[in-house]
Amino acid sequence: MVKFEIHDLNIWFGSTHAIKQVNIEIQSNEILSVIGPANSGKTTFLRTLNRLNELNANYKITGAVELEREDVRGIEIEELRRKIGMVFALPLPLPLSIFDNVAYGVRIHGERVKKKTEEKVEETLKQAYLWEEVKDRLSESAFKLSGGQQQRLCIARTLAVGPEVILFDEPCSGLDPISTAKVEDAMVKLKEKFTIILVTNNVKQAARVGDKTAFFLSGELVELDKTDRIFTAPKDKRTDGYVRGKFG
Amino acid sequence: MKNPYRTQNIAFFFLFLVTLLIVIPVGLIVVVIIQKGLPAINWQFLSDMPRQGMRAGGIFPAIVGTIYLVMGAIIFALPIGLLAAIYLSEYSKDNLLTRLIKLAIVNLAGVPSVVYGLFGLALFVVFFKFGASIISGSLTLGIMILPVIITTSREALESVPYSFREVSLSLGASKWQTIRHIVLPNAIPGILTGTILGLGRAAGETAPILFTVAAFYLPRLPDSIFDQAMALPYHLYVISTQVPNVDEKIRYGTAFVLLVLVLFMNLVAIIIRYKFRKKKKW
Ligand SMILES: Nc1ncnc2c1ncn2[C@@H]1O[C@H](COP(=O)(O)OP(=O)(O)OP(=O)(O)O)[C@@H](O)[C@H]1O
Ligand SMILES: [Mg+2]
Repeated sequence: MVKFEIHDLNIWFGSTHAIKQVNIEIQSNEILSVIGPANSGKTTFLRTLNRLNELNANYKITGAVELEREDVRGIEIEELRRKIGMVFALPLPLPLSIFDNVAYGVRIHGERVKKKTEEKVEETLKQAYLWEEVKDRLSESAFKLSGGQQQRLCIARTLAVGPEVILFDEPCSGLDPISTAKVEDAMVKLKEKFTIILVTNNVKQAARVGDKTAFFLSGELVELDKTDRIFTAPKDKRTDGYVRGKFG
Repeated sequence: MKNPYRTQNIAFFFLFLVTLLIVIPVGLIVVVIIQKGLPAINWQFLSDMPRQGMRAGGIFPAIVGTIYLVMGAIIFALPIGLLAAIYLSEYSKDNLLTRLIKLAIVNLAGVPSVVYGLFGLALFVVFFKFGASIISGSLTLGIMILPVIITTSREALESVPYSFREVSLSLGASKWQTIRHIVLPNAIPGILTGTILGLGRAAGETAPILFTVAAFYLPRLPDSIFDQAMALPYHLYVISTQVPNVDEKIRYGTAFVLLVLVLFMNLVAIIIRYKFRKKKKW
């Protein structure tokens, strides 16, 4: 099933042309990895999907972004962002306890029953492979967790509002290999239920977890294909160069 | 050859000297007031009406009057100041008008207090016909401390990291939910500090209450907000310059009480800030 359809997308920040004439279809229940060198527009592309770019004053967009055939600009923004969760590059816990971090979104979306909130928190912390490590210290500040734990907490927090799509923006950029492996495990498992878009500047990570891989360069989508094809037989010379580490 | 360490030491020495130059007079004032004022302090002085044309008795009505005025000022200024700060930091677009407004507010904080006094006289006493009364005085003091409250609250709101807002919005929270649950709770220490500093200023000023509320001599408690009242700073001014033969003890005692009141408020502000800083989680 097609989750996202993006037609002729162009984005500017002031005079910077950050995304140039991009067309993409994204299937549900798969992981799409987005790779590309710095400033190639990966983050910008991701933040277009949940309309987070609109927080910028000098932002301009043309083209269409459709979620299940409905233009995202027609969907109420709170509802859109509930459906499309996001995990940021740095672990960004809110200045609350571990429990309240996960419960925050649940409560925001109107859950008043304490029992149900608690169930949701436990369920999503388990999904993010964090429950065992924090179940005895839920009332401690989230900032007391290690970076890797914080990032999995952020994943649980995103899951707790019941999204359909999860956007990951370089979620492992600040993590050690073991934490990275745990986050990757969580992602692969989550694919069964969610559509995942993973921006990464770690080409190997894209190869490990992505079903498909998109290669961005200076705001253009150079190539999008099955991950093994991108890494073994790319059609474009520039993709070949990038995945072999010739530039970037 | 120049010795960088010597230059540095000389610079440090002069900076230290200048600091001393500032600290010593302030310290001296405090010491003198404590030394001369403390002996006057007893229960009767704090709880009795002034007698014999303020040459004897206590300063109870002035203490009460100052507390009323300060409370009135805060009831008026805190909600308005906070809402204005929320608007300016969270909602207003960054354009010329907003920048002008912010500049104007910062400059209003520097307007001499006697100007606020005249403004209060014209607006509340004369135009709204409140007369010289607690309400006129409170509103005048409130307007005087509004810029302080708005500026410090704005800074407190803006110091909450932008990423928290992004996270909250990305979870589907509305802008108001984000402000209410994430931004405001983390800005409270700064807002409180600003408010209490404003309070301290309101408690100590003479000029704004001179024309709007202060009674020269009123040996009873005010019975409504439309009544005049005595207030500590004005009372101090009166017994120091307007009434002959007031015992030095009474004058310094009054100064002492005023000083303690203002220092106490500042102390509370410092404690609150310290408490929250220890709890600060980012
Ligand atoms: N808020 C913004 N204001 C102005 N320009 C921006 C903004 N965000 C992104 N840009 C510009 O858009 C272009 C794409 O940036 P983007 O952050 O999407 O790149 P990226 O591929 O995510 O890079 P990285 O790998 O470094 O994260 C850059 O030229 C950047 O300067
Ligand atoms: Mg990026």
